[in-house]
Amino acid sequence: MAKMKDAEIQAMIQDLPLPKNILKTMQADAVSVGVTEKEMQEIIDRVMVGYKLSQIEACDAAGVVAAQSIGEPGTQMTMRTFHYAGVAEINVTLGLPRLIEIVDARKIPSTPTMTIYLKNDSGLVDEDGKADYAFDRDKAQSVAWDIEATKIDHIASVTTDLAQMKIVINVNEKAMNKRHMVFMEIAEKFKEKIPDAMVEVSEENFQIDLTPKDQRYRDLLQLTKKINDITLKGIEDIKRVVLRKGSDTEEYVLYTEGSALKDIISIPGVDMTRTTTNNVSEIFSVFGIEAARNSIITEATNTLREQGLNVDIRHIMLVADLMTSDGEVKQIGRHGISGEKASVFARAAFEVTVNHLLDAGMRGNVDELQGVTENVIVGQPIKMGTGDIRLIARTIDSDNPNLVKSVEKKTVRTRSQKNAADKAELAGSVQVSKDDLISVETADEVDDDEEWDDNVSMDIEETVTEVVEEEPKKRRGRPPKAKAEDEE
Amino acid sequence: MTFKLLDHESVPHHEIIEGEEVAVLLEKYAIDKEQLPKIRFDDPIVLEIGAKIGDVVKISRKSQTADESFYYRLVIDAVV
Repeated sequence: MAKMKDAEIQAMIQDLPLPKNILKTMQADAVSVGVTEKEMQEIIDRVMVGYKLSQIEACDAAGVVAAQSIGEPGTQMTMRTFHYAGVAEINVTLGLPRLIEIVDARKIPSTPTMTIYLKNDSGLVDEDGKADYAFDRDKAQSVAWDIEATKIDHIASVTTDLAQMKIVINVNEKAMNKRHMVFMEIAEKFKEKIPDAMVEVSEENFQIDLTPKDQRYRDLLQLTKKINDITLKGIEDIKRVVLRKGSDTEEYVLYTEGSALKDIISIPGVDMTRTTTNNVSEIFSVFGIEAARNSIITEATNTLREQGLNVDIRHIMLVADLMTSDGEVKQIGRHGISGEKASVFARAAFEVTVNHLLDAGMRGNVDELQGVTENVIVGQPIKMGTGDIRLIARTIDSDNPNLVKSVEKKTVRTRSQKNAADKAELAGSVQVSKDDLISVETADEVDDDEEWDDNVSMDIEETVTEVVEEEPKKRRGRPPKAKAEDEE
Repeated sequence: MTFKLLDHESVPHHEIIEGEEVAVLLEKYAIDKEQLPKIRFDDPIVLEIGAKIGDVVKISRKSQTADESFYYRLVIDAVV
């Protein structure tokens, strides 16, 4: 039998409902080995079976599995907050505190830091002045000075002269030139920022004298404080910049203490397409929700990996999807995911129990008992696994009006259930095979004023010949994110 | 040359999908439009591609597990 051509293999597999990387591997392997059409068909069949087996089971508690998979390694993480990771001198929060920070969606992390990549448009590596920012140390350093906030004590000595009630600033010429600054600009900055003080500038001595308007000791001290707070050059929020060569490249990379993505965009020499920060909410406001999701995933995985813990990325992806599914970064907790559950019981079971019960009582809220937590509380079977399978029987025996009626009743009820469906519910889709028929509607599904007797139940077994699978997702109002997860 | 947010390496490709494509998508997952994940109308990327409230945005994520996966978000008003 003739071996298949590459294009023929391509045509056979391109429309299969499989992830792209599996298709790629199949294509490459089939081409390198050389297969006949019959063999290829066999391969495809087996891959489809294998892929189906590797997918999550319908009604599986994906969220609980994710929570445990992150929670267990979490117990092994260090409680110690600070660490000097990778980059010397820059202090970053790691371990458990960092992980908590990420899932809490804090507006500002305790140690914000940016990784700034530099432009490399010319692509030259040699350092003869022609190389671009990324490979020229001097150019990279000048970008660093543009970013780092320069305060007066970086470039000058400040002395308070109590006898004459004035502050004397002696600018160090060397330090000033190193940072590409001009003396008169510094002097202007002082005049501009401190309008209520007398500023005397002596250009030849690089000296600035400041005298407070009122000759009071307190004013003098306040002035000293003010002077030290003024940012003369660079970006206010960035306290320090460290220049490093990348771990596996010769490229210079800037690491900062403090984060200000928006201000970085306008700095020449910065490669904005690769520059990032560890502040998720800042990424959200600058790059949008999808970038924020990616940031949550990378930050969480890196935190775990740094501690030597291997958590499957799918669990973290589920958490990140959950946190970002409403278009903004929400925390997993009282003010986010858990606090927005539809069920009063589910919220009360999490935190501030009394408040939730009291509020619900005052408003007269109704708990639809759709989720897992509330059903555990009231002692009913939970809607997970086999507990989530419901069937509608449609009889083709029209002589039995009883049965038909009960079916209609059911349909009406599910519609209202759909509306009240719990947003955060993580149940899987329902897939039922013919073998599962045992769990056909039981007595409690029938209209209350109709007696359910053995006759009717016998009728079911005899007359049900066609079982209709209810569209599960439509009924439950289940968010499609879990489905998207399946595909990945 | 101004910097485009979509050029950033952690921003996946976003595009607006319309009419037939939306119908096929909703049919595939058997859901209503409102059940899709959301994206805010003032999201920087939504502003960049010019999507309006009610539009469905298709996002082609670079996935570590599947190479490429598609995600869909409905553009909503910020006040939910």
